Amino acid sequence: MEAAPMIEVRELTKRYPGRTAVNGISFTVGRGEVVGFLGPNGAGKSTTMRILSAFMPATSGTARVAGYDVFHEPDEVRRRIGYMPENNPLHLDMRVREYLKFRARLKGMGWGRSRERVDTVLQQCGLTDVQKRIIGQLSKGYRQRVGLADALIHEPDLIILDEPTIGLDPHQIRSVRALIQDLGRRHTVLLSTHILSEVEMTCSRVLILNRGEILAVDTPANLERNLGLDGQVVAEIAAPAQDLRDAFRDLQDLERFDLSPLDGGFYRVALTPRDGVDLRPVVFDIVGQRRWRLRELTRSRHTLEDIFVHLTRGRREEP
Amino acid sequence: MRVFMALVRRELAGAFNALTGWVVMAATALLTGISIVDLVTKLSDRPTDSPVTELFYQSAYFWVILLVVSPVITMRTFAAEKSSGTYEALMTTPVGDWQVVLAKYTGSMLFFGLVWLPLFGVLLILRQVTGEVGLLDPGSTAGAFLGVMLIGSVYMALGCFASSMTRSQIIAAMVSFLLGIGLWILSLRPVSTNVGDGRWARLLDEMSLLRHMDDFARGILDSRHIVFHLTVTLLFLFLTQRVVESRRWK
Repeated sequence: MEAAPMIEVRELTKRYPGRTAVNGISFTVGRGEVVGFLGPNGAGKSTTMRILSAFMPATSGTARVAGYDVFHEPDEVRRRIGYMPENNPLHLDMRVREYLKFRARLKGMGWGRSRERVDTVLQQCGLTDVQKRIIGQLSKGYRQRVGLADALIHEPDLIILDEPTIGLDPHQIRSVRALIQDLGRRHTVLLSTHILSEVEMTCSRVLILNRGEILAVDTPANLERNLGLDGQVVAEIAAPAQDLRDAFRDLQDLERFDLSPLDGGFYRVALTPRDGVDLRPVVFDIVGQRRWRLRELTRSRHTLEDIFVHLTRGRREEP
Repeated sequence: MRVFMALVRRELAGAFNALTGWVVMAATALLTGISIVDLVTKLSDRPTDSPVTELFYQSAYFWVILLVVSPVITMRTFAAEKSSGTYEALMTTPVGDWQVVLAKYTGSMLFFGLVWLPLFGVLLILRQVTGEVGLLDPGSTAGAFLGVMLIGSVYMALGCFASSMTRSQIIAAMVSFLLGIGLWILSLRPVSTNVGDGRWARLLDEMSLLRHMDDFARGILDSRHIVFHLTVTLLFLFLTQRVVESRRWK
């Protein structure tokens, strides 16, 4: 059992009347991984997570968590998962500590152990100071931490977080992300988001989901490389346009060359290389030899956003 | 058991934290107060030997209060959790469906019991003022209380069932009100009209909640009535459990 992957999904399909939410997806998540589910709204992220947390069954296919089948052994699965549903539902009328104790009780913990665990997660999630406050009176960022604390309380092997940073302000997003990164050191984490920078920052692997199908599975870095999307170099140089053209047009490994005038005699030079070659040293040498003035030299990294647009190109948006 | 107790406590705390609990209790206290005043005023015109509890539970007052208050008590149980999403958080913990259903029913029952407490306060005051010791005859009072709890049990189970089917508390309240009033109208027929000897007429007669309550209020505990109420309660709890389980049907 211990050797089984944390999550093993095979040919999973979920159909609602008139709509297929998840269409025959397969993937595995190993122990200790932090995996991001990335996709637009309605891609099937929440549905997959609900099936994994044994809230509802799949139409067909199988899903196993830590070797246990989510349909046939739901309680074994639930004991091993800390799940934070979409929109982080909490009993707003309860106090933080009271709520966590209640949740600990539901997850089968005894009196002494639940008290010990509540203290631990309160500290871990930075909630010790607000433990006596009513949840409904806390800011959204703190509520999110309460949700995370609940997901952690029974020391689950796997933590599933559905849109953990949605609706937070930038400060709160930062602190919640830091928490998730911290969790990733000790637990397997599966989180969903439609914010691309989020998976780049927190996840070791990305699953891109669109309209119920997996479009790509890889590390964020690999996705960029394999799709040949990275490496455009942008330089701002003060020189006559014709000289610039002569100097750069015939470079080796150059795919595209663009020139656009800027203020104060500067030009913006955009160079797209072949096969992701780094053109920065070449540009620097040219500029140095000719004693031109250079005020910027950057190499753009294509973001997951580009990858996502690239992968979903030509697919109609769902009504 | 520990889990069950935690769930029941949550139910009760939820009712009182949300203010609806206090509103329901205050409203019931007011309604029972007005009813008793009215009953006593009538009594001073036409004295009878029956204890006040009996008169109260045989009156329409009791039924109006029961029919209006029950849906408000039970509408929260499932619908509120479904609409806020905490239902999903609850159902992804290793807690059994039956445990959840029974805890919600038990919470409603406890609350229902609390709601009738002011009535006994009123009766005590009445006894003090009038000096009539017979006013709170222990037999009929105990019988009446048991009867109220048994009928309440049917209405709480029915309300939980209505609440389990929807995520809207309003719809839950309306459905349980309709079911409740339907049951009451069925009970009314054998009492108000002269029933024949047909099999159906007899069945209706046996099922009449009003008849049962008449007996309870007099202090008569008929085991048939008790079995009937427990059976109907179980039926609705079973249906509720099926609804809760249905999300896991393929």
